Amino acid sequence: MAKKKTDTTTIEPLKFSGAWDYAPAPESTGHIKLEKRYGHFIDGKFVEPLSKKYFATYSPSTEEKLADVADGNAADVDAAVKAARKAYNGEWGKMPAAERGKYIYRIARLMQERSRELAVIESMDGGKPIRESRDVDVPLACAHFFYYAGWADKLDYVSPGRKPKSLGVAGQIIPWNFPLLMAAWKIAPALAAGNTVVLKPAETTPLTALKLAEIIRDAGLPAGVVNIVTGAGATGAAIVNHPGVDKVAFTGSTDVGKIIQKAIAGTNKKLTLELGGKAANIIFEDAALDQAVEGIVNGIFFNQGHVCCAGSRLFVQESVADEVIRKLKDRMQTLVVGDPLDKNTDIGAINSKEQLATINKYLKIGVNEGAEIYQPKCSVPSKGYWCKPTLFLNASQSHRIVQEEIFGPVLAVQTFRTIDEVIEKANNTPYGLSAGVWTDKGSKIFKVTQKLRAGVVWANTYNKFDPTSPFGGYKESGFGREGGLHGLLPYLKFD
Amino acid sequence: MSYKLPKYIPVERVEIDTIGVEERVARLNTRSIKKESKVEALKMALTMMDLTTLEGKDSEGKVKQLCYKAAHLHDVFPGLPTVAAICVYPTMVATAKKALGNAKINVAAVSTAFPSGQGPMSVKLDDTKFAVDNGADEIDMVISRGKFLAGEYSFVFDEIAAIKEACGKAHLKVILETGELETLDNVRLASDIAIAAGGDFIKTSTGKVQPAATLPVTLVMLEAIRDHYYKTGIKIGMKPAGGIAKSKLALQYLVMVKETLGIDWLNNELFRFGASSLANDVLMQLVKEQTGVYQSLDYFSKD
Repeated sequence: MAKKKTDTTTIEPLKFSGAWDYAPAPESTGHIKLEKRYGHFIDGKFVEPLSKKYFATYSPSTEEKLADVADGNAADVDAAVKAARKAYNGEWGKMPAAERGKYIYRIARLMQERSRELAVIESMDGGKPIRESRDVDVPLACAHFFYYAGWADKLDYVSPGRKPKSLGVAGQIIPWNFPLLMAAWKIAPALAAGNTVVLKPAETTPLTALKLAEIIRDAGLPAGVVNIVTGAGATGAAIVNHPGVDKVAFTGSTDVGKIIQKAIAGTNKKLTLELGGKAANIIFEDAALDQAVEGIVNGIFFNQGHVCCAGSRLFVQESVADEVIRKLKDRMQTLVVGDPLDKNTDIGAINSKEQLATINKYLKIGVNEGAEIYQPKCSVPSKGYWCKPTLFLNASQSHRIVQEEIFGPVLAVQTFRTIDEVIEKANNTPYGLSAGVWTDKGSKIFKVTQKLRAGVVWANTYNKFDPTSPFGGYKESGFGREGGLHGLLPYLKFD
Repeated sequence: MSYKLPKYIPVERVEIDTIGVEERVARLNTRSIKKESKVEALKMALTMMDLTTLEGKDSEGKVKQLCYKAAHLHDVFPGLPTVAAICVYPTMVATAKKALGNAKINVAAVSTAFPSGQGPMSVKLDDTKFAVDNGADEIDMVISRGKFLAGEYSFVFDEIAAIKEACGKAHLKVILETGELETLDNVRLASDIAIAAGGDFIKTSTGKVQPAATLPVTLVMLEAIRDHYYKTGIKIGMKPAGGIAKSKLALQYLVMVKETLGIDWLNNELFRFGASSLANDVLMQLVKEQTGVYQSLDYFSKD
């Protein structure tokens, strides 16, 4: 057997391809039912848009058109808000809380029954790998409905001694990175608290929200309790500015969040914003390094990096930096980039042409700023929007790739020497949504996490979500919490 | 030939996070191996197999039968490879060697008071020398788990180094018996000690203790091998053994090897399965891939 001693400087990097490559293992799409054209879901049924206009939604991995969806204008939004108000003043508002809970449970169960269809459509419309939509997005979305269904008749315990009341009509605008999951995060607590909803999915990923509308219709939810209006920015603005909306919940970019906050200033509308992030993922020398590397990969390459809480700034202690980077590069070579519907795909398609242009802009900026770029050797399909997983080594705190949210599979790597130094650098950002800390020392976890100005801090793991756990940010990452008991508060008022 | 005993240098402890290891294993297990990549992997698994019989009731007759099976896995299915080795007790080495004849199949012997390792050093050395003198190509030794758990790492190290010397040209596989080491931190430390002391392969289990090989334990051992490679350029082999009876599980091990150590380890010089019943399940899957239907196990010879 070969057992050769080699000079350590000439050790060949490990090879991960070239033999026994995996055959394609595509998830079938034969069971998917998509209409050619979708109207808005208003007052319990799908209706033609008053705008008379439609726009197409495409698959970012094949660039093929999947369906036409209605382009909502102010009149469409007005019809949706009126339906929501009517339901709030009518059947839904008067329904006993336990009955309300039953409806939410029913939605959760129907989603579970149709989980395969939802997962496949999510991957077709948004480009994310089927492994994620099947194992993360859809199960978590169901879990949110199950969790908040249980709260519906227990609202008196949210803040004991104070009597909770629902707000009325909630206007909700969600992003394209987790289309179904964000719909669940928004709709489930709103319904549990007794409100009615007008929700707008993102223009590039409306299909699973429309499938959810079918499920809500099939669940027999009273007409008007949930209304789904599709469209782009103007449709969202119409929801935000509608006088009949009592509460606005927005997840998306910080820029749009600021516009919304200005727009509703001086009104009585309640607001929660879940915006951008530039999370620090901190690896100390005493961490379990192989598992930390996996955490780095989950932190930045999950969902092509289209994650507001992505661990996009890596801080590695200098004493282990070379080892961690070597392990990370090896691991990146085993990431499969390509067809989102292939069960072995780790990194799917970038959500849209526009987003790919944004990411490519930052790749140029990073190179021009002098950071050292690394991408594994892998092929990407000729059609569709793709970005290889990317590292920027030797990045600096003053680089734009370190300061600005890229929202792609791009990781800026910095090293540090001391705890104080890394805390200072981690907090030196306009954002404050999430962070990660990796060390085998329990005391260090407590010391560091208490000083990080981020809404969510993970220790020895990353990108873990659970409906019982509140999620939300500091500073330019927004305010208000979603998930857990805290996630009910934005949808309630107290006497 | 003289072999200089390596001096024991305290091995640096490497932190292992059990939850992180389990998550990585779960993710690796989502790999979907279909069609031609499945057939290729199943054939590869056959070539990596150490066909094993390690029982008190083993007889020459049983060993001869197993040797014939090793060279003729399923003759009605043309183009099949042979297994890598036959794994037996030292007293059966001569029988196996003779039965295998010119077939390119190694004979591996378990030694060092297998499976407990609770014997004096002199017995362990004699055990090993006896097997080597009878023609064993490979020695599968066990470490002294009691000493390891008592913190006597230098004892464990010295013992492995001494057995390595006794092996001469035979290759040494070091069985950690991970089911008795309890934690993944211990598995990693024992792996590092075994490699530093001269083991050519590290092996999970004797098959006599539950749990035997598991995917998380194997991942930790593969990572030890990888770190050693990057430090020295030396490629150490890996052998999970015990409890691997199904093709699907074997494929999961191969995926793990490929994505942890890379394609250079996808051969029987550097990776083995220790198994007694895996071969027939793999054969059944191969026949199914060709004919589209599963045959009853009655169509596959036991030994």
